[in-house]
Amino acid sequence: MRLNKILKNTLLVLAACLVLTACATKKEVATDIQGQMQGDVYTGTDTVEYLADGVPDRVFFATNESILTTASRETLRSQAAWLRKNPNINVVLEGHADERGTREYNLALGERRANAAKDYLMTYGISSDRITVLSYGKERPVDSGSNPLAWSKNRRSVTVKAN
Amino acid sequence: MTKKILILLFILIPINANALIEVDITRGNLNPLPLAVSPLSIDEESRKGFEKILKKENIGSEISNIVENNLRTSGLFNPLDKKAFLQAPDIANLKPRFEDWNLIKAQALITGKVNYVDDKLRVEFRLWDVLAAKEMMALAFTTVPNNWRRVGHIISDKVYERLTGEKGYFDTRIIYVSEEGPKTQRIKKLAIMDQDGANNKFLTLGNELVLTPRFNPASQMVTYLSYFKNMPRVYLLDIETGTQEVVGDFPGMTFAPRFSPDGKKIIMSFAKDGKSDIYTMNLENRIVEKITNHPSIDTSPSYSPDGKYITFNSDRSGYQQIYVMKNDGSDVKRISFGNGLYGTPVWSPRGDLIAFTKLHKGKFYIGVMRTDGSGERLLTENYYQEAPSWSPNGRVLIFYRETKTNSKGEGFSAKLWSIDLTGYNERQIKTPTDASDPSWSSLLSN
Repeated sequence: MRLNKILKNTLLVLAACLVLTACATKKEVATDIQGQMQGDVYTGTDTVEYLADGVPDRVFFATNESILTTASRETLRSQAAWLRKNPNINVVLEGHADERGTREYNLALGERRANAAKDYLMTYGISSDRITVLSYGKERPVDSGSNPLAWSKNRRSVTVKAN
Repeated sequence: MTKKILILLFILIPINANALIEVDITRGNLNPLPLAVSPLSIDEESRKGFEKILKKENIGSEISNIVENNLRTSGLFNPLDKKAFLQAPDIANLKPRFEDWNLIKAQALITGKVNYVDDKLRVEFRLWDVLAAKEMMALAFTTVPNNWRRVGHIISDKVYERLTGEKGYFDTRIIYVSEEGPKTQRIKKLAIMDQDGANNKFLTLGNELVLTPRFNPASQMVTYLSYFKNMPRVYLLDIETGTQEVVGDFPGMTFAPRFSPDGKKIIMSFAKDGKSDIYTMNLENRIVEKITNHPSIDTSPSYSPDGKYITFNSDRSGYQQIYVMKNDGSDVKRISFGNGLYGTPVWSPRGDLIAFTKLHKGKFYIGVMRTDGSGERLLTENYYQEAPSWSPNGRVLIFYRETKTNSKGEGFSAKLWSIDLTGYNERQIKTPTDASDPSWSSLLSN
């Protein structure tokens, strides 16, 4: 009986330790990605380049998703405005996935993401003749990290000038 | 550029099919069969003849080393240390003193002889059951000297077949993607090597991204994805002539190619407007057929060995799952119902199982299930691994595994691994560079 009690106490102490360590790790992660992700969509600007002043070149996606966020739609509207002002410029939409998926599915997912961006540009008056879609799947990450923040930067569709 | 070769094979002495030693390969083999591979004996004149052509001091020992290495890596056999052998190779091949081999606990013995005859390599070998004191098999081959490695593989296949009752997988090759450079800018080339890692050769220069090469089960053709001119398309490559051609005329990305079992069709995905569907192209008449028609992603198709069914990956349920349908696209049935996401289904050459990649709670698994989805069995768990490919006898899976990078994004690697269907005998296959997307050929000789 006594042995049982000692054992129980040890377990409790152990459990307490575990809770503490768990908290410590969580906090660290939270500060690390603070302000750079919403859900698991990247909202930072580290990797973003600009097609023109105030026209970001890329939009980001949640894991396994190809839905455009409010911020993404805003970015794409600014791209559409810029494309309307520059009727001679054509673009390639490069769709990407993170490394946490099988290669072939990710190629399809990259294509689906780039097409979500293409459809949105088209609803804002950009002709499909001016847009080419190219999927890289998980082949061209911008961040080589193996962590949620790196993956969120890699799930993207990037608008690149074709001419 | 491998020349088609002719290997003459004849049986020296008829095999009597008594109940001799047998190895059970259907379960994890924790007690590999102890066997002795005596170096193939060679007379001095032949030895010198081969030394001149092949730059190998003793081709007899070299061939037996190949046999020994193959049998060891199969995990089913335990080749004993040659230092313990009491009988000289030439005498052992004539008539083994079974007591001597029994003494070192060998249950089977392989002996043989190499001759240089008319500029040809002539090899004979025998397999002996030590406990029963009987010859189990005796064969001889004659071929061009340059084929000496293949002779070693063919002997290994014959021994494997005689002792397990199933065809071997040693006289085969692996095509894969060689990888170099930083993770954000990987240089990828098609590469090919023998199943044991020898004769590694690069087939492309690395100027464009290449992915997912797969062998034609009926010939030395390969299909793969290339980003030539920044247009991801399925290509066909003849590895004997080096000729390449794009498959079909699709207005967009084609990917995930595989051959039909008879080698006459290519099945693949075509992506358009955010949807990926499965298509086939007949290589003889170039007729293209659309097999699936669904707004979801349908990819990674793989035929059953009789060609009547297709297994594929689809997210039509909302997430990646495995499906089976008839070869005309009818009768689609989901077969994966476990926890997590499922991808890369590949039908076993034996027909009874489908191998897959599974992602569950941040871990990747290689597993197998029956073709109706029952009996799911996970063989290996890791940070990242995918793309299993079957050995031609359906007993071993080869796949690739990637490592997690550290906080600075360093330490990435991609390597080829193999594992037995039993879940045992996991081992890395050494490649000169990092490697991914392996595909196993059929047996080169039958």
